[in-house]
Amino acid sequence: MTMNAEWLEIDGERVVQGLQAARETLDTAQGDVVLNFSSVRRIDPNALRAMEKLAGLADGKAVKVVLRGVNVDIYKVLKLVKLTSRFSFLA
Amino acid sequence: MAEIVASLSEERIAYLEGLLSQARTAAAVFTQYTQEDVDRIVKPMVLAGLEQAQYLARLAIEETHLGVVEDKALKNMVATEFVYNYVKDKRTVGTIREFPERGVVEVAEPIGVIFSLTPITNPTSTVLFKCIMAIKTRNAVIFSPHPSAGHCCYEAVRIMHEAAVKHGAPEGVFTCLESQTLQDNAYLMRHKDVGLIDATGGPGMVKAAYSSGKPALGVGPGNTPVYLEKTADLNMAVVDIITSKTFDNGTICASEQTVVIDDEIYDSVLQKFSDLGAHICNEKETELLGRTVIDPNTGFMQPMAVGQKATDIARMVGLKVKPNTKLLIAPIQGVGQGYPLSVEKLFPVLAVYRAKSVNEALTVCVDVNHAGGIGHTAVIFSRNDQIIQKFGELMNAGRIIVNSPGSIGALGGVYNDMVPTFSFGCGTGGGNSTTDNVNVYNYLNIKRVARRTQAHMWFRVPNQIYFNMNAVENLRQFTSRSTVIITNPAMEQIGHVDTVRRHIAPGTLVHVSVIPDAEPEVKVVMQGVEALNFYKADQIIALGGGSVIDAAKIMKLKYESPQADLEELAAPFLDLRKRVVQYPTEKVTQARLIAISTTSGTGSEVTPFAVLLDKEQGRKVTLADYSLSPDVAIVDPQFVMSMPRGLTADTGVDCLTHALEAGVSIFASPYTDSNAMQAIRMVFKFLPIAYEHPGDEEARTMMHNAACIAAIAFSNASVGVNHALAHAFGARFGVAHGRANALMLPHVIAFNAGVPTKFMPSPNQRGYIAHKKYAMVADLLGLGGQTIEEKVKNLVAATEQLLDRLAIPRSIAELGISKEEFERAMPELVKIAFDDPSWRSNPRMPLLSELAELFWSAYRGRSLPTVAKASQPQIAEEWSCV
Repeated sequence: MTMNAEWLEIDGERVVQGLQAARETLDTAQGDVVLNFSSVRRIDPNALRAMEKLAGLADGKAVKVVLRGVNVDIYKVLKLVKLTSRFSFLA
Repeated sequence: MAEIVASLSEERIAYLEGLLSQARTAAAVFTQYTQEDVDRIVKPMVLAGLEQAQYLARLAIEETHLGVVEDKALKNMVATEFVYNYVKDKRTVGTIREFPERGVVEVAEPIGVIFSLTPITNPTSTVLFKCIMAIKTRNAVIFSPHPSAGHCCYEAVRIMHEAAVKHGAPEGVFTCLESQTLQDNAYLMRHKDVGLIDATGGPGMVKAAYSSGKPALGVGPGNTPVYLEKTADLNMAVVDIITSKTFDNGTICASEQTVVIDDEIYDSVLQKFSDLGAHICNEKETELLGRTVIDPNTGFMQPMAVGQKATDIARMVGLKVKPNTKLLIAPIQGVGQGYPLSVEKLFPVLAVYRAKSVNEALTVCVDVNHAGGIGHTAVIFSRNDQIIQKFGELMNAGRIIVNSPGSIGALGGVYNDMVPTFSFGCGTGGGNSTTDNVNVYNYLNIKRVARRTQAHMWFRVPNQIYFNMNAVENLRQFTSRSTVIITNPAMEQIGHVDTVRRHIAPGTLVHVSVIPDAEPEVKVVMQGVEALNFYKADQIIALGGGSVIDAAKIMKLKYESPQADLEELAAPFLDLRKRVVQYPTEKVTQARLIAISTTSGTGSEVTPFAVLLDKEQGRKVTLADYSLSPDVAIVDPQFVMSMPRGLTADTGVDCLTHALEAGVSIFASPYTDSNAMQAIRMVFKFLPIAYEHPGDEEARTMMHNAACIAAIAFSNASVGVNHALAHAFGARFGVAHGRANALMLPHVIAFNAGVPTKFMPSPNQRGYIAHKKYAMVADLLGLGGQTIEEKVKNLVAATEQLLDRLAIPRSIAELGISKEEFERAMPELVKIAFDDPSWRSNPRMPLLSELAELFWSAYRGRSLPTVAKASQPQIAEEWSCV
């Protein structure tokens, strides 16, 4: 069976909005949702809260959210708030 | 934790978890910030604090009714401006300190969420201070103010948070409990998301923090003793004490509590206090004061007095004082029980004590320090440096303030160069983890990035080495008034002593001291020293084998430095540069030591080692220090031409062992390698010839040089496990050192060439290289082989062949030692070999079981050689480059 992944670009200047769009995608996703974080240099508390929400929603819908191109500083932030286990990561 | 959770409502837990979630998120986000980011935030926070200093002071006074508004405003300014002045240029993000010469870099790691308790006495200043520290270190803080100072603290947190977030700090970086209970505190203190508790407050709060099981900075009560010594500037001292003790009505816990005054100045000091507005209590007033402001049940100050004005306290007590009275001074006659005013008093009441002597004064200060003030603060006014020094040693206080006011002095940055703080670490005496003036570094996990460093190496050889036939003629150039030749009877008999005599510079008085031909005993050494003293020797010539030269080295040591304690100097060490015992450098006299070796093996003429036999203790001790190295070595083969074949073989193999072990030692260097490799080539080529044709002058010369060259290598790179095994085995079964080495050698090469069970720490080597070094030796010897394994095998085989050619027994069993006897000796052999320092430079760390296995391998003996390529070492002719 082929799985189609939804790809979403997260704009470094509009992370919260990007995550909002990702949440909406979860409803229609046929397979994994891949969020490209390559252009995100830093995240703020609002973005972090949006990611927590997204993780919760994805769990509920059994959709795998894959974060691509996450820089290690952001990865450490996600680690500190224990969010890394709730996403998959792609280099 | 379950009990605490049970005591809180669901709503309350949700509220507390909400605070934690905000703080945790902020702290996580904060980790992305750079030094420039945080510095950009700190400055406007400080400015906001300064702008609101008076407003916050008024709020604090209105709410707590403690202290003085002007002083509280001043404290708010110190907490912002002075703290900023200290932290502004400090690096607190990323690399914070570098030690390039040590290869160490310190890197800051934020703590995360800090739970901070703040006191009633300094509420807003403490909040301002901690907010600045937290931002500077990228931490989030949840504040829990004293219940009676909640509003003013909340306001201070709000002002700081607004300023911080406006300039880029993560939202939620500071939060404050709007109202709090002990259960709230207990919940937060034990919460997994809290990284540190910073508890500034009373003993109960501090104890709770430390009991939580979390890392904590706890500050507690003080009881500051002050010694007003007779040499002090009294006018300055009295003003400083009044300034300090009345500052914010005495609410700073570092303020003066009991002033111990020297008898000679007591009256005039009290008069000065009185002149400047202090009321000196009489006996009755003191008693009344003590009964009123100190709780007779607990022995602690009454809360109603804390932070109140002197006149208000006087009114409370019923004392009649002048309206402008600043301070109540109560003379006391002792400290502790029965003297209620000798404890901490956070209000303008000061105890004074008249001391009849310095000793009494210091004793009373110790008592005050130990009456609730351990670890906190102590003050001295004096111009006598010795007394100041003594006071500093006696007081257990994190801050010992000299000739300055206690409270403002302890805060730091005003009267001295201490770190500005509003949190005084009180050390273990105060149940705290630090004695610091708590500062930004206490809000960080400091990580050390330590780069690999290379140990400093050395290559030391005697100043002068004369070698080849008739090198002894060089003796003539060494002028001497009185020379003592240390030798053994055999050297006299075969005429070597006369040969030497003939070459000593004319006009030298020459004396001969003959010692037994055995390892030197202490008694023999001391007899030699007597001779050196008697003849006032300025030159010592050691003529003989290793034992004679070793004896002469120790004689020289004791002659030049009679205070040298041989037993102490023989203490074990791991690293020559870090050894505990140092050899003496002070000398009462000096003598040149010239060593002329008469065997070709030990190389003692150039080594820094000497073996001494301690007959009383029944053991051998090895002395090692470069100061033992002879000044001049003469390597003249004429003295070895008559060496018997057995001795030639044993000493020659000893030389080979030195070179092979130095070659694979963890201390080997290109300098030692050059010597070790050359010595190995020379031994393989010339030892069989010297053995089979003792009269071959070239072979004798080359072997004599090889022994010296190998000794230079192992003097700098040390030896290895072969020597440890040989020492133990040789001593137990009375086998000559060289022969014992020979019995172990092939087995040790194979052992070291294998993959170690345990590696030896060796910072100067990149990876395990022993097998490669052996392969290099095999290449040098032209033994052939394609792979490292083949080359090592060939080296083992060539070594075995050499030993066979020298008629060295193939096994320990061949020596006539029964298996049972060897088995019985095994535990002791292993123990002694393991204790032997020789193996500590071996590339492979031997396990006890491996030492036993090596002994057994040597017992079973070497196999018949199977050389892969050449049956005889094909040594390149270039050896003659020597």
